[in-house]
Amino acid sequence: MVEIPAGSADAVPAAEVEDMDLYHPKSWWTKYVFSQDAKIIAVQYSVTAIAIGLVALVLSWLMRLQLAFPGTFAFIDADHYYQFITMHGMIMVVYLLTALFLGGFGNYLIPLMVGARDMVFPYANMLSYWIYLIAVLILAAGFFAPGGPTGAGWTLYPPQAVLSGTPGGQDWGILLMLSSLIVFIIGFTMGGLNYVVTVLQGRARGMTLMRMPLTVWGIFTATVMALLAFPALFVACVMMLFDRLLGTSFFMPAIVEMGTQLQHGGGSPILFQHLFWFFGHPEVYIVALPAFGIVSDLISTHARKNIFGYRMMVWAIVIIAALSFVVWAHHMYVSGMNPAFGFFFATTTLIIAVPTAIKVYNWVLTLWRGDIHLTLPMLFALAFIVTFVNGGLTGLFLGNVVVDVPLSDTMFVVAHFHMVMGVAPILVVFGAIYHWYPKVTGRMLNEVLGHIHYWVTFLGAYLIFFPMHYLGLLGVPRRYYEIGETSFVPPSAHTLNIFITVMALVVGAAQVVFLFNLIWSLFRGREAGGNPWRATTLEWQTPQTPPAHGNWGKELPVVYRWAYDYSVPGAPEDFIPQTQPATGGVTREVTA
Amino acid sequence: MNVTLLFLAVIGAIVAWWMAGQRLTSKPWLEASPVQTATGLDDHPPVPTIKIGLYVFLGVVGAVFSLFISAYFMRMASSDWWGMPVPRLLWVNTALIAASSAALQWAKNEARHGRMENLRPALAAALLLATLFLIGQIEAWRELNTAGYVLTDNPANSFFYMLTGLHGLHILGGLAVAGRTTLRAFAADIPSAQLRLSVDLCTVYFHFMLAVWLILFALFAGWANDFVDLCRQLLS
Repeated sequence: MVEIPAGSADAVPAAEVEDMDLYHPKSWWTKYVFSQDAKIIAVQYSVTAIAIGLVALVLSWLMRLQLAFPGTFAFIDADHYYQFITMHGMIMVVYLLTALFLGGFGNYLIPLMVGARDMVFPYANMLSYWIYLIAVLILAAGFFAPGGPTGAGWTLYPPQAVLSGTPGGQDWGILLMLSSLIVFIIGFTMGGLNYVVTVLQGRARGMTLMRMPLTVWGIFTATVMALLAFPALFVACVMMLFDRLLGTSFFMPAIVEMGTQLQHGGGSPILFQHLFWFFGHPEVYIVALPAFGIVSDLISTHARKNIFGYRMMVWAIVIIAALSFVVWAHHMYVSGMNPAFGFFFATTTLIIAVPTAIKVYNWVLTLWRGDIHLTLPMLFALAFIVTFVNGGLTGLFLGNVVVDVPLSDTMFVVAHFHMVMGVAPILVVFGAIYHWYPKVTGRMLNEVLGHIHYWVTFLGAYLIFFPMHYLGLLGVPRRYYEIGETSFVPPSAHTLNIFITVMALVVGAAQVVFLFNLIWSLFRGREAGGNPWRATTLEWQTPQTPPAHGNWGKELPVVYRWAYDYSVPGAPEDFIPQTQPATGGVTREVTA
Repeated sequence: MNVTLLFLAVIGAIVAWWMAGQRLTSKPWLEASPVQTATGLDDHPPVPTIKIGLYVFLGVVGAVFSLFISAYFMRMASSDWWGMPVPRLLWVNTALIAASSAALQWAKNEARHGRMENLRPALAAALLLATLFLIGQIEAWRELNTAGYVLTDNPANSFFYMLTGLHGLHILGGLAVAGRTTLRAFAADIPSAQLRLSVDLCTVYFHFMLAVWLILFALFAGWANDFVDLCRQLLS
């Protein structure tokens, strides 16, 4: 035990933060529709992302129906099946997860958690949402365009993506997809500038970087990554548009299609793969890092214990971000690359497991002997840890070239990435919504409905994706419309497919309970009060709940401590808000 | 992807340098302390938020161009590539954009010293020169097109048109902002702090675009290839 004097020399001098000039809305339109308030924009982003995500959910149902009962549904032909796959993948990864974590949670939480009145460029922030909405509409327009949306797979590999054999390849589908992505990236850049610069410049007095909650660290680092990775997708999309519309040959090799020699020649499809995965792999962590950050805060708050190894958690986030830019070619082991490259990328891939494992250990050690409250956010956080470990371990398998080559085109890969970057982040999204809904609306979500939602989703997701690993090991290929008769797939695999489909329908239906809960609780939920979870971070210390325009009333908050002062020995309560000054000296245990 | 990785290394170095000043090794759990005010500790005024925003944006633009250049080198490795001649006009254009950048630098200095009578012509000159650059670029396109170097003929041509086009679009965007700043300069009597900042931001942006153009020009003229070959030889 040591006595830490008030005003210890260890304290970092805080930057003076001026009050910013806020844009004050004058009409209903500028207040709720064309709003420049990050909180409104966050809700707009979230609602749009969830709405388009529901479309993707229904598409996954249709795919599963085809896999379980091939040929039963007349409207699901091969073309439609590939269109469903493509749209499901792209929507879930880019338009749901990226937009929800960065546009939704980023907009709501960054200004509140760092103690700012709003984002630093509110106008660009508003534009960001509306451009995102346009991107979503362009994407959805694919369903109504002649020839339907593209069926090229979410990776959009050329040359097949722009050939007539692929649905939408010579129609509107691929054009709409590429232009939607370009528009999305432009819109995201506007938002991303805000998230980064707000963290850099907008922090309240006393909020040093090392006092920021890990949620902010996760979203901040993910945004920096996204700003550097999305340009690769932008470049790939622009070049493919040139190939498709103007007849250039960036990616298109000499090719004979339906007996006619095309004008293209000499292009390199591998070049596209490099560009795509240079975006595609960081994208995994763009989704994962905010989830890591949020889950750290959920665990700490609901286990009433400070996060274990805060510094390590911050460093791990930064190291993961840096490493994720040098692993992209592990998605290309089967593209015929130089084995030396394969070795290099396998090594970097496996190294990422080290900081990631540090994070997992730290979450578990935070729980260790904590005062664990099994609230809904905590349940989802626990589910995340388990799911992430599962998905991460199969990632270690697939990171090795010799294991990846035979498994690459099987359901094993589908199972792996759904566990690690589908189910795991979505569980965090749910946990985060149960956690912050009271702040956004002032009311608690219903517990009973929440538990139904949680158990069906958590257990159901395992019942869907665990058997898929087994199917993959059997050699059941992915992306196939219909397997038909094969010598290596036993009839039991078919039964398993039916089981998976039934579970997928059930889990999907459970989300209706969640949606109902969101709407019902808005009007009938229990009043939450300002700080229902008795949390330390700034967003729970706002004068009003939901926070009013400008967030903080007359005076900006001043931060005196880090975000994890839970169960401090000798303190009157089991949490000390970040805004509470040290009175005299604080006694605490120090492990030197 | 070497060019991109090089670019990322530069960005990474900047991030690392910045983080080194952020006391990432501090132990926040030991620091329950009142906030010390920053007065007297900061000698130089803080960088304006909008300027940080511009730098981050330029980082994104830099990523886009370095990825395009990576793609350029990777595509160049295939056998169907043959270089295109550099029209003499491009030299003129290079001089124009460099002069435009210099005029903005002049404007920035004048704005700092509050000399409105010089600021206005400097800004107008910069605008004019940048516009002439764009017209020159379009003229170069037409020249090449009539000479038979069309977009789809060869990947070198495709890259030339695409990259000059993209660069031109960025200049166009810069012109819109610089134009607004110029209008404000003509409407105002004294250079307000905001006007000075605007001129400052335009200068940073156009200097960056000049640098991008010089790299692209080196690429099209083929010097960059010699340089890359030299690097390869040094590495192997």
